[in-house]
This record gives sequence, C-alpha cells and structure tokens, in this order.
Amino acid sequence: MNITLDADKCCAAGQCVLVAPEVFDQRDEDGIVVLLDAQPPAEQHAAVHEAAAICPAAAIQVHA
Amino acid sequence: MTVGRIAVVGASAAGLAAVEALRRGGWTGALTLIGDEPHLPYDRPPLSKQLLSGDWQADRLGLRTAGQLDTLDLDLRLGTRATALDTVTRTVTLADGQRLECAGVIVATGVRARTLPGLAGTAGIHTLRTLDDALGLQTWLSGASGAPRRLVVAGNGVLGCEAAAVARELGHEVTLVGRDPLPMGRLVGDGTGALLADAHERHGVRMLTGSLDGVKTADGHVTGVRLADGTALEADTVLLAIGSEPAVDWLRADAALDTSDGLRCDEYCAAAPGIYAAGDVARWYHPGHGRHLRIEHRMNATEQAMAAARNLLAELGATEDERRPFTPVPYFWSDQYGMKLQAYGVLAGADRAETVLLDKEQRQVAALYGRDGLATGVLAAGLPPRQIRGLRAVIATPGPWDEAHARLLAAVGGQ
Repeated sequence: MNITLDADKCCAAGQCVLVAPEVFDQRDEDGIVVLLDAQPPAEQHAAVHEAAAICPAAAIQVHA
Repeated sequence: MTVGRIAVVGASAAGLAAVEALRRGGWTGALTLIGDEPHLPYDRPPLSKQLLSGDWQADRLGLRTAGQLDTLDLDLRLGTRATALDTVTRTVTLADGQRLECAGVIVATGVRARTLPGLAGTAGIHTLRTLDDALGLQTWLSGASGAPRRLVVAGNGVLGCEAAAVARELGHEVTLVGRDPLPMGRLVGDGTGALLADAHERHGVRMLTGSLDGVKTADGHVTGVRLADGTALEADTVLLAIGSEPAVDWLRADAALDTSDGLRCDEYCAAAPGIYAAGDVARWYHPGHGRHLRIEHRMNATEQAMAAARNLLAELGATEDERRPFTPVPYFWSDQYGMKLQAYGVLAGADRAETVLLDKEQRQVAALYGRDGLATGVLAAGLPPRQIRGLRAVIATPGPWDEAHARLLAAVGGQ
C-alpha cells in the first residue's frame, strides 16, 4: 500500500486522524493533513481504506 | 449468494460510495449506477469554493478516474434519469422506458436547487448545485471585461455565503439578501452569525434582510431584483441560493414510500424491503438523536452510503453481517474569507444555542447547540485541530446541556 495526499483539497476535518491515528495527523496551525506513514503495515490497511473513503474532501488516495 | 442486480440511483458522492462499498462487501452480481448528469462522479463542495474562484479546473473535481471505476465492473448509465421505482418487484424504470429488475436498490438521488417560477431561459440567473451550474456562474465571475459587476445572491445560507465571499474576493459588487438578519443565522445562531456578518461587512459585501419577490429583465437578461418589501436592486447576475428540494419526484408513484422531505427510512437506512437510501435525499431515524434526520453534508453522503450498502448486503444474505443502525456524528465545514467553520453533531432544529467568543479579531469561536435539554451539536472556528477533535467528543452522543457546556468550556479554556 502506498498513500498519497492532495493537501490542497484537505478541509481539515480530522476524520482520518480519528480513524487511523498512526498514519495521519494534522498540522497544528491550520489542521491540514500530515502523512505519518506513506506505506503502513498490513494491520493498518483497513483503517486507511476507511479514512480514504470517508474523507469529506476526497484528499486521500490509496494505491495498491 | 450474490445473484441478480443491485441498482444505485444517483452517481454523486453517495452513489459512488455505495457501489464501492457493495463491491468491497462482496457483491459479485450485476451492479448498475445511474446518474442523470453526463459527468463521471465528482465532488460538490469545491463548486462553491475552489471551482467558483477559478483556482481549480473542473477536472480536479473527479472523485475517481475512469480506470478506477473500471475496476468496479459497473453497468454505468450516465445522462440517464430514473423515472419510477416499484418497491414490490424492486424494479427501476428509466426515462427511455427500460425496466431494471433488481435484488436491491439504493436511492442516492440527492437534492435539486430550488428556483423561482417563470425564470427558465432568463440569462444571468444562476443556481449552484451541479458542475454545469458552477461553470456557468464561474464563467460570469471571471468575465473578460474585467470591470466589477453587480451580483445579487438570494439566500444567506451556507451556499449563498460561500459564493458571496468568492465573488467579493474576485472584486465584484455583492449584495447578499437573506431572510435571516445574520448570515447562516438560522443554522449557526446569533453569536456565530454575527461573526460571519462582521467578516462579510469588512470585505465589503452589502447585506440585506428580505426575500426575493421577482426579477427585472430586459431583452431576456436579468437587470435587477425586487424584494418582498418593495426594495429594488440593480443586478447583472443573480444567484439563487434559496435552498433545495430532495429529488424524490420519481418515487412518488409508489404509495409504500414516504417522500415528505426526502425518502423516509428506518434506522438501517431502509425505506422498504430491499430498498435503501443514502445522502442528501435520505431522511432516516437516528436512534441517538431519537428522531428522523436528513443531512445535506458531504461526509454524510459517503458514510451513509457505506452503511446502506452494508445493510442491504446483510438483508440479501450476501454477507455474514447483521444489519446495524446508522448512528453517525454528523460533520460539516464552511470556508469564507479564509475563515473555516467546522461543526459536529446536529445544529438544525436547535432550541438553544450558546456561543463562546474566544477572540473576535482572530475569529476564534466555539458554540454549543441543543434541543429539549440535550446538547446535540458543536461548532468551532479558528481553534487548533486538537481542540476541535476534542469538541467532537462533547456531543458524540447527545447528553445533558449543562454537562456538555462545562466540557466545552474545559476543552476551549473559556470562562
């Protein structure tokens, strides 16, 4: 799994951090998403897929 | 067992999330996605923001590439309208008369922009719901003449306020007309509404309280508007942001469905056996709030579609899962002049709202909303992300007002 972000799309909802806190964080100043681990281990994959799916700004892309 | 067909009607965020969740959930049967617009599924929130401002081109709004959609093996029907649903036989009828017999149906037809009668064909009158709507308005806003022109925005809800902010930042003369004295006031209450009014005023938006009574035209082009109190305003372009109507006309013929204010569903998002709904069109029973809710927010479209898909597969016996009630913590955001509002829970229908103004200059605010003695929603602007995530916990489950209020103050360090 490889994750990419479109930070310009990010609306700072923070849903990804709630779902997958080991993979995503938010910048302190404006809440924009920060990628902690672009290639997370298998046990994180389900959470990452969910984070990508529910991101209200469609800012997270997951590549196989 | 996964036989037959599932039809998902509506190809926007909810419809797309539904077909993806159905495939992820193991549905290997036929899967039809029906959309009345000609475009591949795209994202709507940027329409009133990045697309309208000209920062983004339309191709950036696509939710999936054609290649990604191919992997779903869809029977994709774009530019196609569903005209009827028979809930007994689970048959969807299309505008061309085709009838699709289905094992299950997910209704995700969203809402339509409300308009005023008699304006069809009048140049300069816009709504802002679809990509084509947004491109039409954007073309005007980016007008080649370069001179600021006069825009009247009718409606001061979220959409009207966002569009007014973008148009003003592009240098147009903007008048924002709304029934509520404060921008978004009916949704966010007086405290936050006053903060928004201040922002619009500082940027030079003229705000009027009133409602549109009609438009003046010359040679088929709008030249101004009349308000109900007799006020006349000159305008080169008018944006109607006066609310929306659930797209349920096509469902009305089936007496088994309740289509008053959206398609009424139970806590599983089911409207009838094998018939589910998701997104802006769905009015479902939220057990945590103890009432039916219909939520026109982007995140709900996806979350509810995933829940509806899961529950439909469970009902059809296509998975081992049990059906589960859909009990989300709703979320919405709005951007105006670099100011971001974020809200969790339910603000609409509140009988009580209290705003804690933390710093007026920095536009830092937190607000609590409640109904029947319970706190149901919270809103924040200008707060650090950790604090905002903490506020979500305050109302994740509706609880006693006083308790939530104390937790809100503790979270934001207010008095």
